Amino acid sequence: MRAVITVIGKDKTGIIAKTSMLLYQENINILDISQTIMQELFTMVMLVDLSGSEAAFESVTAKLETLEKELGVSIRIQHEDLFQSMHRI
Amino acid sequence: MLSNREIMETIHMISDENLDIRTITMGISLLDCCSESMETMRQKIFDKIAKKAEYLVETGEKIEREYGIPIIHKRIAVTPISLLAANAAGESTVLALAMDAAAKQTGVNFIGGYSALVHKGYTAGDEKVIHSLPQVLKETERVCASVNVGTTKAGINMEAVREMGKMVKAVAEATKEQDSCGCAKLVVFTNAVEDNPFMAGAFHGVGEPECVINVGVSGPGVVRNAVAKLGKNASFDILAETIKKTAFKITRMGQLVAHEASRRLQVPFGIVDLSLAPTPAVGDSVAYILEEMGLEQCGAHGTTAALALLNDAVKKGGVMASSHVGGLSGAFIPVSEDAGMISAVRSGALSLEKLEAMTCVCSVGLDMIVVPGDTPAQTISAIIADESAIGMINNKTTAVRIIPAVGKRVGDTVEFGGLLGSGPVMPVSRYSSETFVGRGGRIPAPIHSLRN
Repeated sequence: MRAVITVIGKDKTGIIAKTSMLLYQENINILDISQTIMQELFTMVMLVDLSGSEAAFESVTAKLETLEKELGVSIRIQHEDLFQSMHRI
Repeated sequence: MLSNREIMETIHMISDENLDIRTITMGISLLDCCSESMETMRQKIFDKIAKKAEYLVETGEKIEREYGIPIIHKRIAVTPISLLAANAAGESTVLALAMDAAAKQTGVNFIGGYSALVHKGYTAGDEKVIHSLPQVLKETERVCASVNVGTTKAGINMEAVREMGKMVKAVAEATKEQDSCGCAKLVVFTNAVEDNPFMAGAFHGVGEPECVINVGVSGPGVVRNAVAKLGKNASFDILAETIKKTAFKITRMGQLVAHEASRRLQVPFGIVDLSLAPTPAVGDSVAYILEEMGLEQCGAHGTTAALALLNDAVKKGGVMASSHVGGLSGAFIPVSEDAGMISAVRSGALSLEKLEAMTCVCSVGLDMIVVPGDTPAQTISAIIADESAIGMINNKTTAVRIIPAVGKRVGDTVEFGGLLGSGPVMPVSRYSSETFVGRGGRIPAPIHSLRN
């Protein structure tokens, strides 16, 4: 399954490094990544492939929640189909 | 590839505009639970619901986590109990207790279907269900009841209308310790639909399959923000187009969730109900959409036109986004569950009469209206009759969910808590409808019901 990870919050060092390190450790491949500052907020959108991951979706979610608290930013992971169904016919 | 703008738009809808899936409702047929013994029926009903819906809540929560979209309710609708109640001697209350116990066992917050369809007359089962309403709504926690008193095809059963006025009062009295909140779980319908996923009026109609998944979407906040972005000078053409596009996006999400829930539970997908259902949360109000269109407050002249545009645009946008659309589909206007409606009633901008006009063009009817506790039963019946007439003549579903709160007067507020919100007590006409309601018989079906 493919999922969209979004990270939004106050910019600081290490957000990309720590997020991608976590994904690497979980054997999750990053397919696409973009990062920008929107309305003074750090905004990163990643498309990831979870099919190579041994860890279940739920365990990645739990680890991202821990990272979310550590970094003080908002991190979401959502099935790609949600966005596809809303924006593509 | 999706653009960042699209991804952020979806996230913004969920996190800031209260976009959610309002309910995944599993419809379950209980027709095979019939027995000559109430006790056997009670057991069969409990077992069947508990088995069919065993994984409903768990599956809903899993989808919620994977897609990052809140699914507020997981609910169950069953075959109208009146169809079963006639088979055995004794009170049908035990069947409601079985529904309540099964709801608790499966973890759903409401179960609908303690219902009777009496638009042309009563069966023995209908009588049992209707007469037990005060006791059932007092003794159960999660059971929702509904009674259909009219259809465009059959006309209005005024005997039932008269009786339901009395029953609404009796339910209010039976649950007076909880501010008469039993009435919040009782809907009087005309043209009730068989696949409505929304409570309190959901039941699993006889034309439905053994088991089915219906989904109700919501998102008044999203529509309001889309309208707000257009500014004050946008024409109605642009307004309607924007609402259609927004409704399309919301409904696509509902269709996705419905499809996933159906696949994972291995239960056929029924319909998506394209409703704008408000909650008491600030920003999740249908009244605010109408105000955003340029009305100083909901209830001002122009409100009915604004609601008509909204209701129609929601359907047009949504119908393209889902393979099967059903239920009530449109804009709900429950007073106590909508922050904008509550403040419009408080300030005197919105009256019962204006709400009645709005029900001609909204998706349902007079919903969650609190009236003084000393309102006569005949007046409640007459309110039901008016609403039924609107439904019958306009070939649409109308409903009355009215709470004559015992001991409360105009100006008081009744707190139901949670999604049922709080309702300011509204004045009703002080003139009597007693003789009119006392006539009995049926109002014949309108000429345009003869379509064959």
